Amino acid sequence: MAGLITMDDLSNEEIISILDDAERLLPVAKGDLYLPLLQGKILGNLFFEPSTRTRMSFETAMKRLGGDVVNLGDVKTSSVVKGETLFDTIQMVDGYTDIIAMRHPRQGAARYAQDAAQVPILNGGDGAGHHPTQTMLDLFTIRQSHGKLENLKVVLAGDLRYGRTVHSLSHALIRFGCEIVLASPDLLRMPKEIVEDLVAHGAKVTETTDLYGNLDSADVVYMTRIQKERFADEDEYVKVAGAYKLDASHLDGCKSEMIVMHPLPRVDEIHPSVDVTRHAKYFEQAFNGVVARMALLCRLLGVTVPEKVGGEA
Amino acid sequence: MSSETSMRRVTAIRNGTVIDHIPAGQALRVLKLLNITDQTAVPVSLVMNVPSKKMGAKDIVKVEDRELTQAELDRLALVASEASVAIIRAYSVAEKLHINLGEELNNVVRCTFSNCITQNSREPLPHRLVILSKDPLQLRCHYCGTPQNIDQLINNVL
Repeated sequence: MAGLITMDDLSNEEIISILDDAERLLPVAKGDLYLPLLQGKILGNLFFEPSTRTRMSFETAMKRLGGDVVNLGDVKTSSVVKGETLFDTIQMVDGYTDIIAMRHPRQGAARYAQDAAQVPILNGGDGAGHHPTQTMLDLFTIRQSHGKLENLKVVLAGDLRYGRTVHSLSHALIRFGCEIVLASPDLLRMPKEIVEDLVAHGAKVTETTDLYGNLDSADVVYMTRIQKERFADEDEYVKVAGAYKLDASHLDGCKSEMIVMHPLPRVDEIHPSVDVTRHAKYFEQAFNGVVARMALLCRLLGVTVPEKVGGEA
Repeated sequence: MSSETSMRRVTAIRNGTVIDHIPAGQALRVLKLLNITDQTAVPVSLVMNVPSKKMGAKDIVKVEDRELTQAELDRLALVASEASVAIIRAYSVAEKLHINLGEELNNVVRCTFSNCITQNSREPLPHRLVILSKDPLQLRCHYCGTPQNIDQLINNVL
């Protein structure tokens, strides 16, 4: 496998096998066990756009496995402001590192970087395009809670237009036969070509503006933030800001095993009253970013995760 | 002078390329796709909207002293996939060529999506549009994955 640019780069079997690896790496991710599988390897973190969780979890994942990390640092102080092309930046980092994790404001940047690089590229988000490592940690979290990925009913809610996490996730979920409900304000509907694509693959997809009416039958409710930074026009943002505000009272009629997820950061779409319910999984989900990325780093670097980690099966 | 030749709008060429059966009105775009500009030194003749039995109306372009390559012709698939192309040597048709789209358009046009990485004109990797379907023509950017609108795409010829 070269890199991971979109979820299409992974077969269902590869997804499951990487999630299995991740599960075995949990004690390493938690710091209970030191397993230097990636000793001597260097990850280049190239974040051309702000990131907290993705960047830090990549760094944590690499260090938990005994590897090292070099960072591009703040774009404002790097050679990017001097007008360096992405191609040139990648050429340089390609020589310094064994693998690159990157986020870039322009769509297609990760595929472009992979064409320019010898080392594998892990796409940590390209514009409103793809975010497959987030999808892997989302799938890990869903499987952890439900014991399976198949045939679940998943409600994706909020900003489905610009939210790259839901673009990648929806494609992955339908490959496992999940039913998708797309709940968003009209202005932030899932792009038409993505919905058409999902339907063309035989998925059951419903588009609605009604989030609350779809909660009771859901196995997973995946909330997203309405991203102010993606709007060119602030008036348009104001029209849809705060469209959905999930609080604990909305969850009364839900299935007991239903989980609420969120890629974070949240603004006001999930009230803190949800945090203490059994449904809240977003903080575990954020932690799972480390373990999912550990498994991906190993896979892309060609390092096998042992069948037994730390003497436990 | 026979009635046929008196009807001729453009004279026959000795050597070069004749592109016939271009959909009416597309000849200027054909010139653009072939990088024929005001800097081009060889004689170029162009007729637009002439009657055609096959098409109702059509355009024709003749480029003298230049034999277009297959790769150059393949660019024309964007606007004139049914065009017939003849290489002329010593006033005779020496070769007939067909426009043949491969699997992608490489450095022919720029992706139409305003936030695609290829919008930075200094990025050196080739512009690549993957051909999903030839009829109707459907293209997708290799990098950002955006499906392309063919009418918009014509304005992005490199």
